[in-house]
Amino acid sequence: MYLELPKKFKVLTDMATNLSVEMLRPISRKYDRAEHDYPKELDLVASMLDGMNDGEGGAGVGADQSKQKNQEKTGIRNGANMAACVGIQGFCWGDVGLLLTLPRQGLGNAAIGAVANEEQAKRFAGKWAAMAITEPGTGSDSANISTTAKKDGEYYVLNGEKIYVTAGARADIIVVWATLDKSAGRAAIKSFAVERGTPGMEVTRLEKKLGIKASDTAAISFSDCRVHESNLLGNPEIDTKKGFGGVMQTFDNTRPLVAAMAVGVAKAALDRTKELMKECTSCDYSSPIQSVTSAEAEIYRMEAEWEAARLLTLQAAWMADNGKPNSMEASMAKAKAGRTCNSITLKCVELCGSLGYGEDELLEKWSRDSKILDIFEGTQQIQQLIVARRLLNLSSAELK
Amino acid sequence: MSRDPLGLAMATMSRLASSAWVEKMGLRPTIEKLTYQGTKTGFQAMGAASRQFKSVSQLLRPERLEAPAQPKLQFDLSITEEQQMMRDSVRGFATEVLRPAAGANDEACEMDPELLKQANELGLTYFAVPENLGGAATERSPVTSMLIAEDLAYGDMGLAVAILSTIGVANALTHWGTAAQQSKYLPAFLDENTLQAAIAVNEQRPLFNADQLSTTAQETADGYVLNGTKTLVPLIDKAELFLVAASLDGKPRVFIVESGSEGLTIASKPNMGIRAAAMGDLDLAEVKVSKEALLGDDTFDYQAFINFARLGWCALAVGTAQAVLDYVIPYCNERVAFGEPISHRQAVAFMIANIGIELNAMRLMTQRAVALAEQGKPFAREAYLARVLCAEKAMEIGTNGVQLLGGHGFTKEHPVELWYRDLRAIAIMDGGLQL
Repeated sequence: MYLELPKKFKVLTDMATNLSVEMLRPISRKYDRAEHDYPKELDLVASMLDGMNDGEGGAGVGADQSKQKNQEKTGIRNGANMAACVGIQGFCWGDVGLLLTLPRQGLGNAAIGAVANEEQAKRFAGKWAAMAITEPGTGSDSANISTTAKKDGEYYVLNGEKIYVTAGARADIIVVWATLDKSAGRAAIKSFAVERGTPGMEVTRLEKKLGIKASDTAAISFSDCRVHESNLLGNPEIDTKKGFGGVMQTFDNTRPLVAAMAVGVAKAALDRTKELMKECTSCDYSSPIQSVTSAEAEIYRMEAEWEAARLLTLQAAWMADNGKPNSMEASMAKAKAGRTCNSITLKCVELCGSLGYGEDELLEKWSRDSKILDIFEGTQQIQQLIVARRLLNLSSAELK
Repeated sequence: MSRDPLGLAMATMSRLASSAWVEKMGLRPTIEKLTYQGTKTGFQAMGAASRQFKSVSQLLRPERLEAPAQPKLQFDLSITEEQQMMRDSVRGFATEVLRPAAGANDEACEMDPELLKQANELGLTYFAVPENLGGAATERSPVTSMLIAEDLAYGDMGLAVAILSTIGVANALTHWGTAAQQSKYLPAFLDENTLQAAIAVNEQRPLFNADQLSTTAQETADGYVLNGTKTLVPLIDKAELFLVAASLDGKPRVFIVESGSEGLTIASKPNMGIRAAAMGDLDLAEVKVSKEALLGDDTFDYQAFINFARLGWCALAVGTAQAVLDYVIPYCNERVAFGEPISHRQAVAFMIANIGIELNAMRLMTQRAVALAEQGKPFAREAYLARVLCAEKAMEIGTNGVQLLGGHGFTKEHPVELWYRDLRAIAIMDGGLQL
């Protein structure tokens, strides 16, 4: 038993820190103000990352690193999932908004990585893929989507409206969830890779948001949008036994990654707060928490909560790397990291007072960015529901 | 507190009423026992008569055990096969023997000697004493100690402390003791006539800080003179050997004190929880000890000593919190209100989810600090943060455990009220254990 990162990840963390300090933080405020402007500086970052991903396997920061790689070696591994968590944490210590709009590293890429067949994987390689699930009337209850896909010869015809599509106006491909037959329930939900420029698919709006402004969030409408059947990801049959599993399996891999984002943002706020407060606090990790100043106690508590969130995230990634089912642990990590990141970033603003609240520092930005991390990829409440059902061994019909 | 006339009258009436009630209920023996255990008797009781500690063979150098070999230092949550076997037997003992006995031993404020005998048959002490001194320990694994603590506490925390107190002293002697100290004391832990021992760190005052001790050690020509009072000392009336934290020249150190020492008195003092561990106060009035009584040499690390205790309590918290979780799950699945099991309500289910999440977090934080310690790496920060997290979440889990059972949880029909009382200790204890 040992819970430290292996030495081989040091290159990765150093790289992420340098990237954050030299390339991300300097443009953080710029794109927080210039919402909807594409951060062109990211093209360079993305090609750097592409280069690294092509080299030594598993050293990336992107979501597409998340798929379970075949285990070649026996024994315990610290593999691609953990590397992705470490990389993402480091990147988000720089800026989470910029990560979310990093070309070719979208959640759609993760979906393609998880379920694409060989031909699709080859065809979509090097493309930037966004993910379109949420609809105006359907949020956490994603099995309830009403965007339809009707078979018409070799094509599927898509109709419906998608919202909250991260990088929807920037990506090359939109991975869309649509139902083949709403009456057949979750088993009929399939995902389709729709290439930009496909007639019938149109970006209708870009959201104005509380945070992660660097990351564009699009509303996309589909009206008689014809998608070739070779773009359906996964099994085209309506298999009621397998049900929702196919599409939901993506989430088991991506929840720890979003948890890692939260861990990174929280660390940014905590580090900066400790830096700003170093004149008035001294944390020696020795005096009992009951006896230190209130501000020091807050820092200790935040640090403990942060470490807990981080370890839960690494646990979920470690389990994935070692072929252990981690659905519950992934949700635990996401729940803990999401709420911890939000409370830490907000507490840091409070502790730093006007420095925290003003735009001279990035603390206020991080406290706005953090809110989404407790919402997307499954809200706090959805994660608790997943954990509770697992622990109590209850179905979704019993524990609604 | 000064009393006005009305207050005095009320005090008298209440005394009369309670004594009449005592007679009527025939509860005299219980009350007398409580009086003996209470502070009113002061430090009249002598400690347990201590045996003669004699070195059978004299070590030239202290035995220092190495950490078990780790094939490759990387993130790894798995445990070894030996650890798994150990866990299985300890967990079995905790579930089948300790848990059913928890209530009675809690009420008796001590561990049934028969039960202790059974616990000793697990042979845990042998793994704390190096092979060269007659034990079975070839390596020193705080991780294994942590797993054992967790599993024992899954049965009952009070009984776990009663069992681990003695082992903790052996662990400390193995880890820090000089050759002379190890030769003199460690073999006694394997005596047929079981030795009991305890670590005394806490002192009775608000905002106690283990770095700033009131108990003092004054150096003399032939040793040290100890003065002060320790509290929350397990096995208070049975322990023959104490490790006492005291301030020497303004710096905290630890002294080996035999229970028969002149000037040493004890008082049993039950607390709200951990009652089966028979905790009490240890008073040292001009207690003279030899030069050899100072634990370890200049390399002694008091901070690490305290952290090995705190992490022990974190491990206990994990075990008890797991017991809470495993108890409330079937309860809430079976308990019906408004026509369906209460677990079908999110208000209940989410509370259980959060117990699961925070328990997992407590375990990982504890494991991380202990694994670092096992590798001989700095672990003060990780231990501190583990304590901060466990102290808070353990109590949260304890109180929610009772809450989930409602009124039933408040009664002794269910163990959750015991766990509630036990879990309050995690934020307080600085001694008593040593991983």
